[in-house]
Amino acid sequence: MSAELQDLYQEMILDHNRRPRNFRAIADARHAEGYNPLCGDRITVYLTVGDGGTITDVSFQGSGCAISKASASLMTESIKGKTVEEAQALFERFQRMITASGETPIDDLGKLTVLAGVRQFPVRVKCASLAWHTLRAAVDARNEVVSTE
Amino acid sequence: MATVVSAPRGGLNVNAIRQDFPILRQQVHGKPLVYLDNAATTQKPQAVIDSLVHYYAQENSNVHRGVHELSGRATDAYDAARETVRRFLNAADSREIVFVRGTTEAINLVAQTYGRAHVGRGDEIVLTEMEHHSNIVPWQILSQEKGAQLRVVPIADAGELRLDEFERLLTDRTRLVCVTHVSNVLGTVNPVADLVRLARSRGIPVLIDGAQAVAHMPVDVEALGCDFYAFSGHKIFGPTGIGVLYGRKALLDAMPVYQGGGGMIGRVTFDRTTYAELPYKFEAGTPHIAGAIGLAAALDYLTAIGLERVAAYEHDLLEYGAQALSQVPGLQLTGTARSKASVLSFALHDVHPHDVGTILDREGVAIRAGHHCCQPLMARLGVPATARASLAMYNTREEIDALVRALQTVREVFA
Repeated sequence: MSAELQDLYQEMILDHNRRPRNFRAIADARHAEGYNPLCGDRITVYLTVGDGGTITDVSFQGSGCAISKASASLMTESIKGKTVEEAQALFERFQRMITASGETPIDDLGKLTVLAGVRQFPVRVKCASLAWHTLRAAVDARNEVVSTE
Repeated sequence: MATVVSAPRGGLNVNAIRQDFPILRQQVHGKPLVYLDNAATTQKPQAVIDSLVHYYAQENSNVHRGVHELSGRATDAYDAARETVRRFLNAADSREIVFVRGTTEAINLVAQTYGRAHVGRGDEIVLTEMEHHSNIVPWQILSQEKGAQLRVVPIADAGELRLDEFERLLTDRTRLVCVTHVSNVLGTVNPVADLVRLARSRGIPVLIDGAQAVAHMPVDVEALGCDFYAFSGHKIFGPTGIGVLYGRKALLDAMPVYQGGGGMIGRVTFDRTTYAELPYKFEAGTPHIAGAIGLAAALDYLTAIGLERVAAYEHDLLEYGAQALSQVPGLQLTGTARSKASVLSFALHDVHPHDVGTILDREGVAIRAGHHCCQPLMARLGVPATARASLAMYNTREEIDALVRALQTVREVFA
């Protein structure tokens, strides 16, 4: 197996794929559906936002590849307790990390750093970012399907 | 130009064929390229590449209007390409061959001309559950405009059309039957001659989507008796952006025009326009001349090898592939029809097809992962996507073995 494949499919990613965290619906929560027409992946992100814009609960459901599922699972763990603005800022740093060229130093994003290997696989960037795009739509409580295309 | 490749015992000399395809000589991610995405597009033999270079270097000019030498040569080459296509499909008349961008445009052409003229409120168009989006959406657009209905022939679990349902869906409201010759997901070879007979005995015309068929088996439109047959150049070793609509002359003659513009007219005044004869009436604007010439080179190349031989070779390879894949633990083949061509769709236990595709790619093996532009079929199969290996005449048993080895790597990653 190549080093790049090992970078992509790290144990933590495989673990979150097998046992996704916060994989459930939240009743009466804001939610949005994300869709990747390239591969047919669909995901729904739910979130509740408390006083001061703090994300008090966040979860997801859907089907997808290992990268999209693990990314969604890790996202829910990373943003719970953060404010919506902080989550948005984290998305921007995450997006930069997974789209940077191979030589760019890897930003430390905690657990999310495990997804840095995606940068070696440009066609998989959309898999890793699907949950985040869907989160943004859920924050806006847009009742529409967001697409990666 | 075309290399005639033959082997003893009437078989296929695959090694010689592979030499004709320069792209196959490369490595991908440090591994020899194993190209198994032929249902998406096929690679091009040197003869096709040379024909494009020759055209642009020696003959480039516009067709049917110049008085000069080059225009004459370009026109001759373009007309000769049409005759090559006619021979290839065994059509009765080269005026029945319309050059289009590809299968998609061919189907849209029929929908927007024949369809708009003959389909009205309450009428029905019969399709099948295994159609590609390009043989669904044009009919949906037409049906919405006209207040017509789509009727969908279901498939059985192995991926074969339910012929009893097909017959049941043919009614006095059916205006057209649109069916794929070979499924791009299941590999099923539909019994198109039987379907044509059943439909035409009721006076219903039939359009066949031949995109996945023409590179893998001989096609004879006269023997099939179909009214329309569509295919794309790039799936038969030719260039992208060129394709063919075959239509029976009586139907084409009666059909309204498609796009308006130069080349498709007889005489134009601001009051009215008369249209050109077949097939030019459907070819507005400067056509893809180089594409047509490249396609003809591809058909000549394939004809020299012999489609009967190609079909026999690929049948053997497909059997070998199905057998080899079925030995991979956790692998499930999708599409196990008795009559199949080229396609091996599969699911690997819990591993998403997209992950399969990425790992295979790093092993040099190119497959497709996704819905293959068949979302209604995916819904019928109950999966969001499949992984698909699709064969062409230049693939080998060794490449199937490489696919199986790469699938072991997938299993290791996801162990």
